[in-house]
Amino acid sequence: MSRNLRINKNNFIDQTTRISFKFNGQKLFGYKGDTLASALLANNIHLVGRSFKYHRPRGIMTCGSEEPNGIVQIGNDPSLTDPNVRATEIELYEGLDASSQNCWPSVNFDIGGINNFLSPLLPAGFYYKTFMWPASFWEKYEYFIRHSAGLGKAPTKSDPDIYDHQYSHCDVLVVGGGISGIISAKLSAEKGLDTILIDDKSFLGGSTIYQENECYKINSVNSNKWLSNEIESLKNYPNLLIKNRTSLAAFHGYNYLLARENLTDHLSINERKGKIRQRLWKIRAKKVIIASGSIERPLIFSNNDRPGIILSSSIKKYIDYYGVKTGENISLFTNNDSAYETAISLNKSGVKVNVIVDIRKNSESKIVKEVLDLGLKVLWESTVIETQGYKRIKSFEVMKLSDDGNNVVGNKSKYNADCLGISGGWTPMVHLFTQSGGKLKFRNDDNVFIPDQDKTPSNQISVGSCNGEFKLDEIVTKTIENLKSFLDLSKTCYDEMKINCPDEKSKRNIWLLPSDKPIGKTKPFLDFQNDSTAKDVKLALREGFKSIEHVKRYTTTGMGTDQGKLSNMHALGIIADTTGTNMGKLGTTTFRPPYTPLTFGAIVGRNVGEFFDHTRKTAIHNWHVKNNAEFENVGQWKRPWYFPKNGENMYQAVQRESKAARDSAGILDASTLGKIDIQGTDASEFLNRVYTNAWSKLEIGKCRYGLMLNEDGMVYDDGVTTRLGENHYIMTTTTGGAANVLSKLEDYLQTEWPELDVYLTTVTDQYSTISICGPNSKNIIAKIVPSLDLSDSNFPHMSFKNTKISNVNCRLMRISFTGEHSYEINIQSNYAEDLWIKCMEAGKEFNLTPYGTETMHLLRAEKGFIITGQDTDGTLTPSDLQMDWIIGKKKFDFIGKRSLYRSDTIREDRKQLVGLLTDDPKEVLEEGAQLVENINTKPVEMLGHVTSSYFSPNLNKSIALAVVKSGKKLKGKKLIVPMENKNINVTITDTVFYDKENKRLNA
Amino acid sequence: MFIINCPYCGERDQTEFSCGGEAHIERPKQPTELSDDQWAEYLFMRKNIKGVQFERWNHAHGCRKWFNMVRDTSNDKIQAVYKMGEKPPVK
Repeated sequence: MSRNLRINKNNFIDQTTRISFKFNGQKLFGYKGDTLASALLANNIHLVGRSFKYHRPRGIMTCGSEEPNGIVQIGNDPSLTDPNVRATEIELYEGLDASSQNCWPSVNFDIGGINNFLSPLLPAGFYYKTFMWPASFWEKYEYFIRHSAGLGKAPTKSDPDIYDHQYSHCDVLVVGGGISGIISAKLSAEKGLDTILIDDKSFLGGSTIYQENECYKINSVNSNKWLSNEIESLKNYPNLLIKNRTSLAAFHGYNYLLARENLTDHLSINERKGKIRQRLWKIRAKKVIIASGSIERPLIFSNNDRPGIILSSSIKKYIDYYGVKTGENISLFTNNDSAYETAISLNKSGVKVNVIVDIRKNSESKIVKEVLDLGLKVLWESTVIETQGYKRIKSFEVMKLSDDGNNVVGNKSKYNADCLGISGGWTPMVHLFTQSGGKLKFRNDDNVFIPDQDKTPSNQISVGSCNGEFKLDEIVTKTIENLKSFLDLSKTCYDEMKINCPDEKSKRNIWLLPSDKPIGKTKPFLDFQNDSTAKDVKLALREGFKSIEHVKRYTTTGMGTDQGKLSNMHALGIIADTTGTNMGKLGTTTFRPPYTPLTFGAIVGRNVGEFFDHTRKTAIHNWHVKNNAEFENVGQWKRPWYFPKNGENMYQAVQRESKAARDSAGILDASTLGKIDIQGTDASEFLNRVYTNAWSKLEIGKCRYGLMLNEDGMVYDDGVTTRLGENHYIMTTTTGGAANVLSKLEDYLQTEWPELDVYLTTVTDQYSTISICGPNSKNIIAKIVPSLDLSDSNFPHMSFKNTKISNVNCRLMRISFTGEHSYEINIQSNYAEDLWIKCMEAGKEFNLTPYGTETMHLLRAEKGFIITGQDTDGTLTPSDLQMDWIIGKKKFDFIGKRSLYRSDTIREDRKQLVGLLTDDPKEVLEEGAQLVENINTKPVEMLGHVTSSYFSPNLNKSIALAVVKSGKKLKGKKLIVPMENKNINVTITDTVFYDKENKRLNA
Repeated sequence: MFIINCPYCGERDQTEFSCGGEAHIERPKQPTELSDDQWAEYLFMRKNIKGVQFERWNHAHGCRKWFNMVRDTSNDKIQAVYKMGEKPPVK
């Protein structure tokens, strides 16, 4: 099997450096400069993988990013393995270990190959049609379908490689390093513009660079010589950055482009260590020049997918660039002149083409004449109707075409072949142009969609064959001409160009080539990766699918990892022919980024692990860590959740903390609460408008709880605001709401009430807050601030004092979220940890117990205080929360006021906040559990759900808050909480469970 | 991804901004005078045009100023950017 098909004459492969690699466990050799595909072909290996649906043997079809079949799994390390890698793109490196995908036990003997024989039973939409019924069986079907879906295997462990992002701004970005891209880059650089040239290959020059043919001359030298001199001259421009191995992934609006640069994938494993694997470039270019080229089309005939059937231009590249013969008995099948260039290249390398099948009646082109002069046999007006060979093409059959091209006539003749080159013309790569929002137009002459340059969405231009210019003289002269106006050039170094190239004289296109058999007996593949055939497309049309987007999804044509680069045009052509529509009217399916698949690593870059999101820590965080805190994420904040002691679990710790806070004293780090400093002569008026209650009469030195609504009347945020001076307030918000509240207030100030003299400053991070609660809190504060009179008359509940602790200014507030006598100290954050330690020392004799968010939640639930975001969900009004007392009814207006008496918000059967007690006081409800009245009438009506639930150590029973339809009226009513294995009986109560008379506030 | 010409800071990347929906919807001066339907019109009804649309934008990760923008939603061309309180420079 392993025969060396390498020829010795060529310029591009370093045949002195041998590289060893493995394919399916077999040790093979290639050379530096090879791709995996060229190295495999040199070893006479065509069979690379199995197709997705029918598990048909498939081989390498192309030499570039459009490859549908030659996709492999690289490596087998669970964290580094890479699935669905195109063998045509990966450069050979020492130790490369590739294996076939979608086959078991091996690519040569694949059990799944049975699908091929079942293929008549597996038409388009097979899964949709078959697994619809009985519907209850879906879960069973799904298991098997999931197992057969997908091609390669995803890595199972996290990726240790480093990926990078880089921003770049430039005057001109040139995409593609073929001849038009090189000319563009040089003209741009010559004008002194800051230019970036990117190309996805390891070398520049595109397909011209290996075009060694006397027919193609620029200024009297062969086009490849001329181009390599031009590439050499690019080195002279310091303002030109050239990025090889860089593939443009996406072209977004306003010339924002993403490009992925491969930095290490071509290196041996040892050379990669410590290096960045891929870099995602985020480029903002003033002007973009797309020179993305074109790709060759296949031809659609029965069994056109066998290994050994390769695009004719790829055969040419393998022989001219890599020095690899793709077979020893090669024939060509074409509808245009370019296959003849392949024939000439092969002939020069000593490979005689057996026969050229051409569907055209004849061609007078110079290049065809040259082939005929070589004595090669051309079968005009003929088509391949069938091929034979399972794991490699063995032979093909040819018949004459009828005059109209719809049928075949005459006798069959059979030719042996181990490789068949196919050429169906060229498709401009308009992906990037359309991604950016550009519109295409259809050129009937050669059936191509090309950019409509009149409908260019941004400052960009398409040049060369991606703009539908396929002849060398056209490419060069038009590129120069277009760039002169695009870059505003008067004279260029390319002004006197003499170009010789052959002219293609005859054209013929047949999307689906006829056969002597009915279409049902043929297998003309369109999408080689997803195994959809021309039959499937026709079936979809018969079944009533009209839109190309629907046909695409139903047949999966163009939905593989190659995104239909080879198949889409033929699918469109067949739809147009079958429905009698013009292709231009039919349009294309949407081209979406990325152009070729991107790794997740490149997308996320450095934003992984601890860099995935910001982490905010309070100034006292280190103390919490040292003292064993378990943390909870609240937004980006790390908040102590509870402080376990002696191996306590969360429940035990919270029970202890809650009891200590009410029996003696507890201390909480409340620094994460949002703090907004509000100043200005209209500050009071502003608060009147944003809170539901009245603020004008609040005395200086007093605090007030406020509820903030949205305009729709729903509770948005809450917190205590303190009047520090005549025109000075400090507002507290919830931890999670801080940023949004500030934005909302700024919005109203700037847009609705610009006349108000109010200034907002966030001081959340500048001040830390320590909250001390419990009957002994007063004794502790007295030790810390001995000079302050803490009597209820001097310092009552809901008031504030400016004071000093160890000479540091502090704001001391007497406010309570637990219902206990309690204080909050606000201090500049850099003193916070010291103060916390001071408090702990002062509180030692009173068993001052640090507690976290869980205990805080429990204590406030005992008092029936809401947490916005937990007990509310944006659908509850103050009245729904039984908080009508906080509505300033006399106020003219405040945000959301009008909504409080809309017909919907005054409905009596809205969900309303209630308390719940379980009949069994030990039974703790699950938060989120549903509440029902009657479980026997079906469907069971859901009356509401539990929003907060705890076991209260201070009451020695389970308590909960819930929202229930018409809850206000239902006090004393029995409801049921149905759980998976039992029903829990509960009774609706008041929302306040503990100290209903608020005696403890002043205890 | 747009480049937005903040009227206070100049050209910046779209990632610095947040969109605040349709512009030129003034909060009623006397909400209590409005019927349910009139209030609902202010509260809920917003246009979603394919074509030229007037939008509020905030330079959230910059100067934090609100301003207005005229944008063609069919091709994302920004036709004008102007300060709050100013009349739109295009129709």
